[in-house]
Amino acid sequence: MNHVRIPGVLVVLAASVALIGCGKKEEPKAAAPAPAPAAAAPAPKPEMVVKIGHVAPLTGPIAHLGKDNENGARLAVEDANAKKLEIDGKVVKFELLGEDDQADPKTGTVVAQKLVDAKVAGVVGHLNSGTTIPASAIYNQAGLPQISPSATNPKYTQQGFNTTFRVMANDIQQGSVVGSYAVKDMGAKKVAIIDDRTAYGQGLADEVEKAAKAGGATIVAREFTNDKATDFKAILTKIKAKNPDVIFLGGMDAVGGPMLKQIKELGIKAKFTTGDGGCSPELIKLAGPASEGVICTQAGLPVDKLPNGQKFVEDFTKKYGQIQIYSPYSYDAVMVLVDAMKRANSADPVKYLPEVGKTSYDGVTGKVEFDEKGDIKNGAITVFEIKDGKLVTLKSEGGTAGAAAAPEAKK
Amino acid sequence: MDTLLQQLINGLTLGAVYALVALGYTMVYGIIGLINFAHGEVVMIGTMVAFTVIVFLAGSGMPPLVILGIGLLVAVAACMVLGWALERIAYRPLRHAPRLTPLITAIGMSIVLQNVAMIIWGRNYITFPPMIHKEIYELGGASFTNVQVAIVCLAALVMLGLTYLVQRTRIGMAMRATAENQQVALLMGVDINRVIAMAFVIGSALGALAGCMVGSYYEIAHYQMGFMLGLKAFTAAVLGGIGNMAGAMAGGLLLGVIEALGAGYIGDLTGDFLGSHYQDIFAFIVLIIVLMFRPSGLFGERTGDRA
Repeated sequence: MNHVRIPGVLVVLAASVALIGCGKKEEPKAAAPAPAPAAAAPAPKPEMVVKIGHVAPLTGPIAHLGKDNENGARLAVEDANAKKLEIDGKVVKFELLGEDDQADPKTGTVVAQKLVDAKVAGVVGHLNSGTTIPASAIYNQAGLPQISPSATNPKYTQQGFNTTFRVMANDIQQGSVVGSYAVKDMGAKKVAIIDDRTAYGQGLADEVEKAAKAGGATIVAREFTNDKATDFKAILTKIKAKNPDVIFLGGMDAVGGPMLKQIKELGIKAKFTTGDGGCSPELIKLAGPASEGVICTQAGLPVDKLPNGQKFVEDFTKKYGQIQIYSPYSYDAVMVLVDAMKRANSADPVKYLPEVGKTSYDGVTGKVEFDEKGDIKNGAITVFEIKDGKLVTLKSEGGTAGAAAAPEAKK
Repeated sequence: MDTLLQQLINGLTLGAVYALVALGYTMVYGIIGLINFAHGEVVMIGTMVAFTVIVFLAGSGMPPLVILGIGLLVAVAACMVLGWALERIAYRPLRHAPRLTPLITAIGMSIVLQNVAMIIWGRNYITFPPMIHKEIYELGGASFTNVQVAIVCLAALVMLGLTYLVQRTRIGMAMRATAENQQVALLMGVDINRVIAMAFVIGSALGALAGCMVGSYYEIAHYQMGFMLGLKAFTAAVLGGIGNMAGAMAGGLLLGVIEALGAGYIGDLTGDFLGSHYQDIFAFIVLIIVLMFRPSGLFGERTGDRA
């Protein structure tokens, strides 16, 4: 009965075991690819299976966004299979290999290697910038085209890789829109900035800071949290003392929701703004009435303004329910890969990779064309305000909506 | 000054929750020397069960406080059963196994419970329906809500009740005896299986209560919420001296306050060299210093009384 040891040793041991245990945990079933029934037709022609990898966090605080991305990609694979495309004389059956990176950079590289080993033809993902950037080196080494539907940190495409693409405007564009909107349209003189220390949150917050300063505002506070936190009272109390006009959050909706409630509880009067990660129906759900008047931006056009979006919105909502943020983009990302394979008449990454760069594809999110770095040309940024529990479009900049704009889709 | 007061209020609320969860760790450790890493998940399940009950009853027209009360009771009951089952299934068969085995089992249970919760309640954040209308009070420039007051008062009451239970009742005496020496307690006619099960049941009930508090304070719940909360509460228990109840309470409150002050003042203190993302290092620096000078924690004793 010699229980009494030095607990410190045990603590360290136990904590490290706990952490390892946590890092290893993986979700068993949901990640398994669902073979699309559409492709099971009697095949007089030889069939070829092309695997496309998809990575997003399917567990953890932003699992809802990860699932949304994966559903978008899954719908694209089903649609592509329904078309019974022929590549090199064979009917292609696309398969989606969905992996979970837990929004964790380390896990991101592990699953990236897993996809490379599984011999996927291309990758759609990851969701977060923090996981996309380290994983991109692995895909690049394997020569696999990677299209991220949602990683907006500029660094992703600035590494000199020929395999990195994204179908969404990056944070330089988005940050300058949010920053200048806060200063010019909202008249902010004092701005407080919070970020969640992820590559996305930090990168976007830096760009907003630049733009706000350029617009003549002062940054009165720069505070930090993390992407798993739920208690922000300490940093908000500090911000309250600085009395800012506008608070900007570089972070996801899971952080923004409780933060908004705590802002209310502390009696802070400042307007709240955030980027695409917080610009979701989930934020409204999490924050409730506290989300009224929030200004947020999304890289891309609002769903109801997507040029070919109406059919996508209908199909998606019928199958998977409400669109969160990025599923139209992951849908397009898959379609861009498929389109490049079709043009190259090959699913071999070596052969079709050059074609990805030459893409000119009319997707549900608009025209997809890449510049030499792999960034989308003329990416759109839209500013929203939350009114009566809905995201209301204030204005859009850039993008290819214009003439092709579909009539307002019903929510 | 009002900022300092506000930070203290923030820290006190957080600390009260930590303290309740820490009690669950410390009771079990005090009696069988096991660190029940699944305790954080018990807290999470408590929140989730309360959530489900409250949503189910929300449309029934009962007064909100009654609904909240029922939710709380069901959650406490469910967690008591869960705590009992954990002990019976996962830990009792390993009671005489080497120390590391139950520890690993505990981590395993934690992962199992997280995944079960994910299957039942999904991956999304769940919005805890606000049953109490939040009143915001002002005091000397600092603001706090009635929910915060309720959390601190309820936590204080429960801790008093628990102290009474352990110090003044028969089962409490049996617990202290078992903590002192299982074999001798057994010889004195103490049903140690029952006592150990009780420790789990009571600890889990406190966890459920803490879970409901967290739920109504932040108004959100998530299947992974128990992990960090558990780790922090465990830290609090170690800070106070694991196995010692007064230590767990003090450690919890201390940790909450240190965290709040750390996040609030770290930038000012270091001339913005360290930002608020280093808020946790304050808590851990304090932990390290305490362990260096008092390896068994603030209230921990080298031998004897640990319940």
